[in-house]
Amino acid sequence: MLEIGQATYDAIVAHAKKDHPDEACGVVAGPEGSDRPERFIPMVNAARSPTFYEFDPVDLLKLYKEMDARDEEPVIVYHSHTATEAYPSRTDIGLASEPHAHYVLVSTRHHGNSDGPVELRSYRIIDGAVTEEDVSVVKK
Amino acid sequence: MSIEVRIPTILRTYTGGEKAVTGEGATLSEVIEHLESNHPGIKDRLIEGEGLRRFVNVYVNDEDVRFTGGLDTSVSDGDQVVVLPAVAGGS
Repeated sequence: MLEIGQATYDAIVAHAKKDHPDEACGVVAGPEGSDRPERFIPMVNAARSPTFYEFDPVDLLKLYKEMDARDEEPVIVYHSHTATEAYPSRTDIGLASEPHAHYVLVSTRHHGNSDGPVELRSYRIIDGAVTEEDVSVVKK
Repeated sequence: MSIEVRIPTILRTYTGGEKAVTGEGATLSEVIEHLESNHPGIKDRLIEGEGLRRFVNVYVNDEDVRFTGGLDTSVSDGDQVVVLPAVAGGS
């Protein structure tokens, strides 16, 4: 199960809506081994594409060095799908490289940049196997 | 010649869980060959054909090697090599 604070949940959804129709992406870092997503870090989608996302390689290095210095790891890796459901695509599965992370997908296909509910789901992706998990939003 | 090579989580199965290992060589290519001799199987995760895999980023002293000569990038004693898989996907 993914336990996520309301503020972090809202921040991920807001980022996805803002970047629609392009895919939005980012991480939520937390203390290593804690499984607590605490520090919301929106990233630039270097691909600027409605069908693909990739962290910019320079930003990626900076992010990982910073997490390393703070003894953090990416607890959540999130991105949005803008025309399809919030389920990992074949590319998502093939490229997933954080076995400890919760992969959060948001779909903005119904409301785009506007208000309205979005689909947000969470998965583990390990060695090509996808396992969906419950998302529990907590007030904090 | 001693070079620090930082290993991402996903490849630590090859390094016995170590986050960093010591490398040797005058070029990135040689460092990877040396890595492979100590940690068999890791090379295939980094290299495809004659070059680095598209979704693997390698940095020597914080410079993305795609802009410094790829596998021919020179390294010297005290340099740091960082390997990071791309964070990427698509719908």
